[in-house]
Amino acid sequence: MLGGDPRLPEDERSSKILGQLRAEGARGVAIAVVSTLVVFALIVLAVIHSQNWPAVRQAFFNADEFRRSFPDIARKFRRNIEYFLIAEVFILALALLLAVLRSLPGPVFFPLRLMSIIYTDLFRGLPTILVVYLFGFGIPSLGLAGVPSSATFWAVVALIMSYSAYVAEVYRAGIESVHPSQVAAARSLGLSRSQSLRFVVIPQAVRRVIPPLLNDFIGLQKDTALVAFVVAIPEAFKQAVIFKDADFNFTPLLAAALMFLVITVPMTRFVDWLVGRERRKRQAGAAL
Amino acid sequence: MTGDGADALRIEGLHKSFGKLEVLKGIDLVIAEHEVVCLIGASGSGKSTLLRCINLLEPLNAGRVLVHGEEITARGVDVNRIRRYIGIVFQAFNLFPHMSVLRNVTLAPTEALGMSKRDAEAVATELLRRFGLADKKDEFPDRLSGGQQQRVAIVRALAMKPDIMLLDEVTSALDPELVSGVLDVIRELAESGMTMVIATHEMGFARDIANRVCFLDAGQILEEGTPEQIFTAPKEPRTQQFLQSILEAGRM
Repeated sequence: MLGGDPRLPEDERSSKILGQLRAEGARGVAIAVVSTLVVFALIVLAVIHSQNWPAVRQAFFNADEFRRSFPDIARKFRRNIEYFLIAEVFILALALLLAVLRSLPGPVFFPLRLMSIIYTDLFRGLPTILVVYLFGFGIPSLGLAGVPSSATFWAVVALIMSYSAYVAEVYRAGIESVHPSQVAAARSLGLSRSQSLRFVVIPQAVRRVIPPLLNDFIGLQKDTALVAFVVAIPEAFKQAVIFKDADFNFTPLLAAALMFLVITVPMTRFVDWLVGRERRKRQAGAAL
Repeated sequence: MTGDGADALRIEGLHKSFGKLEVLKGIDLVIAEHEVVCLIGASGSGKSTLLRCINLLEPLNAGRVLVHGEEITARGVDVNRIRRYIGIVFQAFNLFPHMSVLRNVTLAPTEALGMSKRDAEAVATELLRRFGLADKKDEFPDRLSGGQQQRVAIVRALAMKPDIMLLDEVTSALDPELVSGVLDVIRELAESGMTMVIATHEMGFARDIANRVCFLDAGQILEEGTPEQIFTAPKEPRTQQFLQSILEAGRM
């Protein structure tokens, strides 16, 4: 309380690597820059002087092929983003529902808890691609009346089912990490169990699990490529495969890889920043 | 006497066990309107558990609790309604860290009582001003000192306009120089006529503020009386022993 707050250094988590450099001063920065350049230069030299470099370069790093395929792949990447955004909204809601059901106390709610556990065990236990195949090929082939027959629809549903099981576990860990005294405080003020959950437990739980949630976001963003296995309409990965097959060259796959990185890397940095800002808002000046 | 609405709080034959450990072994206690009762006793004597049972945070194994003649431990009683007029403040503050001070105070009035946001904020602002926290209303709890946090916790309980306040060792987690600010707040509450049950280790304060002091030992009220009786002429050997150890520790 009084005096220095021992937690502060830990709270300054944003940009740890750069922060460390700053602490070492200008000399440290200079050494880091030089050694980095040297190491990377050596790696590049080793690669381009290796015996098979000309063949590798022709097959993977072909500038002409890149120029030809990239615009199309980038355009098709829009579909990956669409799948991701649509799935993510449903995943966040469904997973929260699953986690809340699982945290309900008492014997009355046992069936709901059981259902939540079975769902999570089932969909977390199955390879995502298997679920995508089952849903994307299986359900449309039934020709059920009143059920969408679009393979895309069911492939995205498969992603939602699979990922909501993972995300439910992340939420659950967050909910369980909120100290019981917080619930006691909320209930003692006359708030009902569901109000305590809604206003006190879940907001704190969600804040705590943002970093692990982001892991699943990134996983999902990458796994949108799985839709290509059951859907004819190409997204970025499938478009890259089409180019690869037509031109006998792997460069389009690297172009698709680039598109995924362009989304996932900034997303990681953004959430780091978000989490750091939240923490600073709550704790800066805690050592009053 | 049962069902007599004159008593603010009446506890009859309260038993509470955690598994095989019996923490409260038959507590009987009647507290009149506007009375301030201090519970003293060693750690583990059951003071906190008793307060948590009164607030229905812990289910009883036997016995009953009546508030203004209504049995709140009866089956089918809406615990949320009961808790609205029994405020409790905890040793560890238990403020909601993700909410501003103002929101901490207005949450229960708006959500549990259905008060409008504007009315709740007016009540909260007035209470915060009264307890010297007017300039802290937009801060987050982690940015306050322990003493300020505990005052916010008291204000948060008061915002529900409770009939009875239960204070569970509210100064035990505070640095010594922050204790007096919180005690002043409680003193002011006592002067305003608030019925209070206070578990405390601050004997000087208990002597000062209490109408009655109860000494708890091993889950029972071993001795009770006015502060003068308990602190100057305790009858029970265990009470004498306890007060002696407090005296030696320089806490009196």
